[in-house]
Amino acid sequence: MKQFSVTAMPGFALIAVVAFVLLYVPIFTLVTNSFNGADTMASWGGFSWRWYAAAWANDEVQSATIRSLVIACWATGIAVLLATPVALATTRNKNFRGRSFIYLFTNQTLVVPEIVPAVALLIFFAMIKIYTQYQGLGYLIAAHVMWCVPLAYLPIRARLEGMDLSLETAAADLYATRWQTLRHITLPLLMPGIMAGAMLCFITSLDTVVITEFVKSGGQDTLATYMLGQFRRGITPEINAISTVLLALTVLLLLAFFVLTRKRS
Amino acid sequence: MTPEQQQANADARRNWLLSAPALIFLTLTATLPFLGVLVYSFLTPGQYGNVVWKFSTDGWVGLVLTRDVFDDTLVWADAHLTIIWRTIRLAGLTTIITFVIGFPTAWFIATRPPKTRPFWLFLITIPFWTNLLIRTFAINEVIRSEGLINSVLLRFGIIDAPISMIYTDGAVLLGMGYAYLPLMVLPLFAAMDRFDMRLLEAGYDLYASRLTLLRRIVIPVVRPGIIAGCILVFIPALGAYVTPRVLGGGKNMMLGNLIELQFGQGRNWPLGAAISITLSVITLVAMLFILRASTREVER
Repeated sequence: MKQFSVTAMPGFALIAVVAFVLLYVPIFTLVTNSFNGADTMASWGGFSWRWYAAAWANDEVQSATIRSLVIACWATGIAVLLATPVALATTRNKNFRGRSFIYLFTNQTLVVPEIVPAVALLIFFAMIKIYTQYQGLGYLIAAHVMWCVPLAYLPIRARLEGMDLSLETAAADLYATRWQTLRHITLPLLMPGIMAGAMLCFITSLDTVVITEFVKSGGQDTLATYMLGQFRRGITPEINAISTVLLALTVLLLLAFFVLTRKRS
Repeated sequence: MTPEQQQANADARRNWLLSAPALIFLTLTATLPFLGVLVYSFLTPGQYGNVVWKFSTDGWVGLVLTRDVFDDTLVWADAHLTIIWRTIRLAGLTTIITFVIGFPTAWFIATRPPKTRPFWLFLITIPFWTNLLIRTFAINEVIRSEGLINSVLLRFGIIDAPISMIYTDGAVLLGMGYAYLPLMVLPLFAAMDRFDMRLLEAGYDLYASRLTLLRRIVIPVVRPGIIAGCILVFIPALGAYVTPRVLGGGKNMMLGNLIELQFGQGRNWPLGAAISITLSVITLVAMLFILRASTREVER
């Protein structure tokens, strides 16, 4: 006999299952095609690792990957360093003047489509380039930091909001200085929030196509813009292989994150 | 001044100092450059891109009007108006489609037993974290002329020649719906996860039908999640660039691609800047509209 349940809505389970199938069919197709040994993508030529080997040996892919990682590391580090003090300032003391201004100002980039800051920075950096003659990766890093600050800020702030203040009060009662309290009590407790924010920044920086595409100078392709550039009339098997590797890394990273956070709680 | 006031002032000063580095950084990289776009939209295009510092309203006029090739009279810039309309329509449809599919999906996850819930949540989280570019390529793999759908249909003899699905508005819509579905499901789930299921039992005991339960209890309670989901889908959909470029080809442009065109081959930075400002204004109006609509419902 089917168990009666008030929470079951007619048709909802069916739509949900269809949604999950639809979400994964394209991904599986892409993964399968990356192992296609045929020369073109028109037919199936047996299982093969050849496109992975081709991507691995490709100098452009190698340098784009390294560039992506360098930018993501810098952007994550700087964004977290900028966002953590703001989170501390906007949660510890609720009623000082300008608190909501700081909150809104920090999150300003969340409410615009990525293309708008991309255009703004293209214009702005073009001006700076003329005056300073500097052409390096600094522009891309600054652009990614700009895009990542609210993504670091929100999880850190959420963690601080849910944190028990009594430990900090206890530390103060035991004559700990503000700095000692921060270093030995607040920051260790804040770590999960900081890690979540950092992970969000890192993945966003790796994903960001539009801002990177507009801000980069010649020869500064990241993996994302390289893949978009290779896509002309259709997708190449080599891009399928790179996509599959990135997909696998995402799943591994997420699994690690899920396991770590579950153990902690 | 009392000691309490002094303490409060010192606290406020410290909080501003803590926030200062981020605020200064964002002023330099987000606020000022945005004002720069506004300024550039009133300048004259340079011959090889960039601008000449001479005031001109051509960028804004060019947004809606264009000179006729033959008799040089001003006519409506149909191409631009079509793209603006397509952008608003596709972003709106994407929001509706993701809501219609995402709401039942989020409800399904939220009503699973606590033991299996993380698994379903994990399944929706993987696409969420996967690069947008990869997900768009994946849709391309399904609908291109030698893609999954066509090969299956050909294999079973349902069609004789591949159906051409890619490079249409429908393809862009499919790609955006696919890409943004997790953005709709996750905030909906977050709201439903906190929903007290006993409310449904109470309503059921009072002879409410399931539709009534949904309409009068569930939807009002999870409204913040609905608003969050709609904003999270609608804003990036308005500014979509990758999906229309990969799945729409050159013809089915959206505003994001039109902007890129002006800064690239078009060499008309002021026009590109004017379109960017227009896109920002549309986004802002849409957000205010969604927020207004949601508060009005509550008041009623």
